[in-house]
Amino acid sequence: MGAMGGRISRDDVAYVAGLARLELSEDELELFTGQLAAVLDHAADVEALDTEGVVPTAHPLPLVNVLRDDVVRPGLDRDEILGAAPAVEEQRFRVPPVLGELP
Amino acid sequence: MTATQGTATERTGAGSTTEWETVVGLEVHCELATATKLFCGCRNAFGDEPNTNVCPVCLGLPGSLPVLNRQAVELAMRLGEALGCTVRPSLFHRKNYFYPDMPKDYQISQYDQPINVDGFLELPDGSRVGIERAHLEEDTGKSTHVGGGGRIHEADHSLVDYNRSGVPLVEIVSRPDVRSGEQARAYVNELRAVLLATGASDARMEEGSMRVDANVSVRPAGSATLGTRCEVKNLNSTRSLGRAIEYEARRQIDLLTAGERVVQQTRHWDEADGRTHVLRSKEEAFDYRYFPEPDLVPLVPDDAWRESVRQSLPVLPAERRRRLATATGAVPGEVAVVVERGLDELVLAALDAGGEAQRLLVHAEHDLAGEPADALDPAALAALTRMEVAGQLTATQAKAVLAELVASGGDPAEIARAKGFEAMGDDALAAAVDEIIAANPDAWGRYQGGDAKVTGFFVGQVMKATRGRADGKAVTRLLRERAGA
Ligand SMILES: [Zn+2]
Repeated sequence: MGAMGGRISRDDVAYVAGLARLELSEDELELFTGQLAAVLDHAADVEALDTEGVVPTAHPLPLVNVLRDDVVRPGLDRDEILGAAPAVEEQRFRVPPVLGELP
Repeated sequence: MTATQGTATERTGAGSTTEWETVVGLEVHCELATATKLFCGCRNAFGDEPNTNVCPVCLGLPGSLPVLNRQAVELAMRLGEALGCTVRPSLFHRKNYFYPDMPKDYQISQYDQPINVDGFLELPDGSRVGIERAHLEEDTGKSTHVGGGGRIHEADHSLVDYNRSGVPLVEIVSRPDVRSGEQARAYVNELRAVLLATGASDARMEEGSMRVDANVSVRPAGSATLGTRCEVKNLNSTRSLGRAIEYEARRQIDLLTAGERVVQQTRHWDEADGRTHVLRSKEEAFDYRYFPEPDLVPLVPDDAWRESVRQSLPVLPAERRRRLATATGAVPGEVAVVVERGLDELVLAALDAGGEAQRLLVHAEHDLAGEPADALDPAALAALTRMEVAGQLTATQAKAVLAELVASGGDPAEIARAKGFEAMGDDALAAAVDEIIAANPDAWGRYQGGDAKVTGFFVGQVMKATRGRADGKAVTRLLRERAGA
């Protein structure tokens, strides 16, 4: 932080990396703190604009209600998708033991 | 709320007592009864062979894009209207977390702009539970934990089936208006009835198409502030729900009474030992980093769509109870079972055909349980109740005639005649009673001496002698007269 006006701290970056399950070295933490601060500074330029009376936009496309009918369509072949998995058991994807409960 | 239902009294020290109030909010996840998943055309089906209803979208393969299922929206709107919610423009967000049954590493859900907000559910006892929101989201895949007795922490590995991944859900979040385990059960039962009535879900807790979590806290009765809450999970039946809430409230009251504090936690209900166990505390709560789903555009149901949904709704259970109660002169809580069984239309039709309200309600509640009563002719049922009220049939005889009506239809008067149920004259009944008294002088002596236990013996003997044609109440009255009481 420091030079970038304190938009994001090293601890913030370490926390976000943890959420993304990324293990960062001290050097990487330093590097990404600077880079992310620059990104945030760039985004902060928007704050200089007068948005009084501008309706919040949820999406850049001028569309709503893009819907499909509730009709079954064929999916993928099971052997094909299980063939792409590192490990399979009983026609299911076999994964390492889960640490912790479902959120 | 009465003191017995939602509060417990606790002695906290030298003569002072605190009344505690249980406060519960419920989160119910329900799978919507669509043909396909929320964002892809894979079949939405329970019990299919593992990993047979999957495609790039619900497997989270790169480059795949979600497209919203119109019918899922329609069903969510039906539920919203049925719960008296405001059905509003909504957005989808990504809820980010890593778990093997969520292959995209995020769940598409509705966050700060859900489709349904601010409704309520009216329970049979007349109480209302506020609905904060009922939003759309996708289900996860299903994990099976292998080894360690199926427990997550001790498992050797897990197996994942993605058939359920992307199945449409509504999550219905109540306000903290529930005050007891009993009321929570009533809420879930009523919600299930509404889900079935609207066709939104088959709402089966045992198959997991309806899943309930309870946020439980306690506070001194009369307090307006909420206590620290614990979220209780793994509630697989309404019975578990009721038991878990009572246990958890008790646990919190004991802590507070002992001068300790309640720690905000997620707790797991163990049906076998009847307790809740800590899963994780707030300190390790997840940060989901919600952000708007860029692959989906806003959902903005217009007035015409909302109106057509409103028009398509059936008469809902609360209104059916009110209607039946008004027609029969009962209170809504008394006719709840009849409405739950779907027998209210039959009772109303029989009333129109001149039936006797009280007898109709008794038959619908006690004698038509589990019977295929749909085919029952309302006029015949009405005639039967008139015969009962006129004293032409005893309660036992009426039940037998009703069983015959359900099984084969027909005219109740003819069925009664065929069964030899012609009304017993007062003289014949009196004679039968006198005969039994004469034949059992010892027992009669005890009866005259005030031994109430022999009443049943005499009624039974008269019934036997008259082959069930006697009216039990009339026999009791005659016995009393004979004893000079
Ligand atoms: Zn799919």
